[in-house]
Amino acid sequence: MMWEILEKAAKENGLVTAFAVVGLVMLVSGVVSRKLTFGRVQGSAIAILIGLALAYVGGKMSGGSKGLADLALFSGVGLMGGNMLRDFAIVATAFEVHAEEAKKAGWVGAVALLLGTVLPFIVGVAVAWAFGYRDAVSMTTIGAGAITYIVGPVTGGAIGATSDVMALSIATGVIKAILVMVSTPVAAKFLRLKTLRSAMVFGGLAGTVSGVSAGLAATDRKLVPYGALVATFHTGIGCLLGPSLLFFIVRALT
Amino acid sequence: MIIYGTALLAVCHLLGIIIGDLLGRALGMTTNVGGVGIAMLLLIFARIYLHKSGRLCATSESGVHYWGAIYIPVVVAMAMQQNVVAALKGGPVALIAAVGSVLVCGLFVSFINRMEPETAAPEEPK
Repeated sequence: MMWEILEKAAKENGLVTAFAVVGLVMLVSGVVSRKLTFGRVQGSAIAILIGLALAYVGGKMSGGSKGLADLALFSGVGLMGGNMLRDFAIVATAFEVHAEEAKKAGWVGAVALLLGTVLPFIVGVAVAWAFGYRDAVSMTTIGAGAITYIVGPVTGGAIGATSDVMALSIATGVIKAILVMVSTPVAAKFLRLKTLRSAMVFGGLAGTVSGVSAGLAATDRKLVPYGALVATFHTGIGCLLGPSLLFFIVRALT
Repeated sequence: MIIYGTALLAVCHLLGIIIGDLLGRALGMTTNVGGVGIAMLLLIFARIYLHKSGRLCATSESGVHYWGAIYIPVVVAMAMQQNVVAALKGGPVALIAAVGSVLVCGLFVSFINRMEPETAAPEEPK
């Protein structure tokens, strides 16, 4: 009786239920981040991993291809994390980019950004090719995921990738972000992370904003804004180049 | 009015998608070419313009900031609806691609930073 009412409420208020569910996941991952990893791995990365795990559970339970969203109770997650709201929210993050401050990064930042977009893409495409993904759309989507976990699905969505390739692409980006977070403090000496300029180079090449800000925070707090400033351009440049220039190049080569 | 900010964001989003589609059409494809990236650029320029003419109040801005702040939760929701079951059948692609790109980028960071002249970096007194 109680369950019926609960189920009905959740089904009829899909998007609202999704807000509550995602909020709960964020809360749990925040606690895990602080208590279990002592802030080393950012809450957002853990939340995305939990999300992917829930998608696995949902997929197993329903046998469908849309993860948790295939369960009627959580169908609102499909709207909240769908293309429309995702792109809307990502475009909104550009509002925090200060073009005037970008000039401070200078040409080193620009070169690092470009390398940070092209190099992971090449690695991602090569790995995808090695594992038997030979169509341009899949290779581009996985390569774009190696840039960041945002660029991957945005690119895949624009050029029409399948959901399993999208999931791989997101997973690649998330693993990369976590690797950057965890390994930056350890590798700080090798990376020569001492100056503001070096932080900008790092921000441009490492890409992922969450990875860069968490990694630099654990290395040297005053470097964070400089690395993050350059890294914030990463998503924009990736979303611009991924479904266009990079896709054309891959398509021309296959 | 808070809706002005959200409406500005919406207009930039739609324009970006439309331009991306037109660009795709012009290049002879059915896909959207860089629409989201173009929308982001439009928003950056719109912000600079409106700031210079002082027509953007703090309340309107919060109509954009809210959506910018909600993007990680939206990405989490996006992760929840991916076909992870099928992706796991793809093997260790994600892991290898991620480790590979981090290693390559790390080498380049180290290389570029080693070229930095020592004098250009005044260390803060400890």
